[in-house]
Amino acid sequence: MLTFIIRRILYSIPVLVATSFLIFTFVSITGDPLGRLRARPDITAQQIQSIAHSKNLDKPVIIRYGYWVRDAVTKQFGTTLFGNRKIWPDLKRVIGHTLQFILSAIIISVLLGVAIGVYSALRQYSLFDYAATTISFIGFATPVFWLALMLQVLMVQIFLKWHVRIFYTSGLSSPTGAGHGFHFLIDRIQHLALPVIALCALSTAVYSRFMRASMLEVLNSDYVRTARAKGLVERRVIMRHAFRNALIPLVTVVAIDFGGLFAGAIVTETIFTLDGMGYYFINSLFASDPYPVMAWLMVVATMVILFNLIADILYGVFDPRIRYD
Amino acid sequence: MTEQQFHEPSPLAVAPPGSEGLIEPGLPADPSELTYAYGLEIEARSQWDYARRRFFRHRLALGSLILLLAIFGCGLFANFIAPYTYQQINLNALSQKPSSKHIFGTDSAGRDSFSRVLYGIRTSARVGVLVGVLSTLIGTIIGGLAGFYGGWIDNLLMRLTDLFLTLPLLAVLLVAAKYLGHSTPLKLALLLAALIWTQIARVVRGSFLSLREKEYVEAARAAGAGDLRIMLRHMIPNTVGPIVVSATLTIGTAILLEAVLSFLGFGIEPPTPALGALLSEGQDQGLDKWWLVTFPGVVIVVIVLCINFIGDGLRDALDPTQRRVRA
Repeated sequence: MLTFIIRRILYSIPVLVATSFLIFTFVSITGDPLGRLRARPDITAQQIQSIAHSKNLDKPVIIRYGYWVRDAVTKQFGTTLFGNRKIWPDLKRVIGHTLQFILSAIIISVLLGVAIGVYSALRQYSLFDYAATTISFIGFATPVFWLALMLQVLMVQIFLKWHVRIFYTSGLSSPTGAGHGFHFLIDRIQHLALPVIALCALSTAVYSRFMRASMLEVLNSDYVRTARAKGLVERRVIMRHAFRNALIPLVTVVAIDFGGLFAGAIVTETIFTLDGMGYYFINSLFASDPYPVMAWLMVVATMVILFNLIADILYGVFDPRIRYD
Repeated sequence: MTEQQFHEPSPLAVAPPGSEGLIEPGLPADPSELTYAYGLEIEARSQWDYARRRFFRHRLALGSLILLLAIFGCGLFANFIAPYTYQQINLNALSQKPSSKHIFGTDSAGRDSFSRVLYGIRTSARVGVLVGVLSTLIGTIIGGLAGFYGGWIDNLLMRLTDLFLTLPLLAVLLVAAKYLGHSTPLKLALLLAALIWTQIARVVRGSFLSLREKEYVEAARAAGAGDLRIMLRHMIPNTVGPIVVSATLTIGTAILLEAVLSFLGFGIEPPTPALGALLSEGQDQGLDKWWLVTFPGVVIVVIVLCINFIGDGLRDALDPTQRRVRA
């Protein structure tokens, strides 16, 4: 097991290096980072030249890649192109917020998805099963940003009608001060509830469909028949033999979905103006600044690789049929 | 097995010169020859007949197809159907709720939301269909070559797909769209196609990898068929099911991605009406005007839902290993 983990981590290193090179060339070839400055009449070619020189932008791509990697490793991604702002302190703050946001979305959608999927499988072709199927099909077709907008619209309508504010539609905390302890927690939940619902919806639909299929497959397997044949009560058959085995492949699905949640975060954080990674990414793009964009892509790629690594290891822990040597 | 596969003309059955009109093995030239002794007529049916029958049996898919054609038709003929043009300003009807005159309401410039949605459908449908066609072409060619020959094309394809497993597609799209600048529907469609063909390529590659080892491919090769003939006559027809299904679903994905890019301001720019751009405008005008963000979104959901159901129906219909329909 330990050798597997070490081997797996070592294998991640070349993947990460290749990804960093692809990210750098992709962002570099898709645009001229100084194009915005060139368009301004008040900046002379001389000034542009000196900026390009100080940022090594006048060198070939492969050498710039070298400089970028050096900055990323030794200076924590260096500074932004415009304004020379340090990237890492900002990025670190938004990573914290987004992880809070994404992890709560994952936990909620796993819990909900598993519950709905298992219940659908146990009561196959019941009214509940049909309703869950219909709702998840609609969920697959609903764009995350529209769901987020509709949740905001709903809150606005409730507020206009009854003058009550259940959840907030923007920001992470109240501008007037969030308070401390319990009040801070309640305030945070009131702010995060709508974005989390918007982000959860699609994942919950995916997980519940997957869980239903997985559970149905396990319920038809030989060892469940054996468990029933030896006279176990149904409850024990389902909880100990069926449910636990049906849960294993969900690990992979959640791991694959993890990268998609960052895409969801871009959309939801922009709509709810949450100070998170997605909002940071969109703002950096609007500013046409390649360095924070590359840093962002690198951080997300690292997290996705790391999460997949954890999923692989968990898979081995849960499923004793998998041998690692 | 063979009778379940798609129309598979054996290379050995190539008719000798001068034998035009001779019957192909298995398919009678004249259906009446198949009349049984007791007078029961049997029509010859191709695999396409079976596929069409299976699809038409799938009521949800058929209904979705009709609804989708109706929606796309409304978009296509928007200039005939829409009661107003998409930028016709009416100062007497600012920010009105849905009514019999403006069934989707009006925005703060008094423009009719229903008309704008119709024109938006036109843009979205164009982008979706164009992306579907383009990415299917690119994906089939590259996926086919990768699956058939392996080698560097295969390596490149697999590394590209790996990349999309570590980076969110939306982020990559946004970076590319940002640097392309102001987008027309055509430019956006090219961009989307350039990034999502890998999904179809993977499907085709997987299918070709397994078809390559089939006995009939070996037989074709033994009969002297070249690589191109084997791919076009034997492997593509046997991959048609998965290709058509992924092409259909790609249209839905493209419409969703177009909407999200336009919404975030990196896609189609106003005044060109697109469903995502309409939602973005609706959001800017205040969320108390619920009708401006509700209807364009509902249209997107209905379109994508229809496409997904059609995809499901096609998957069932085009899988030749499925049990045949009676009728």
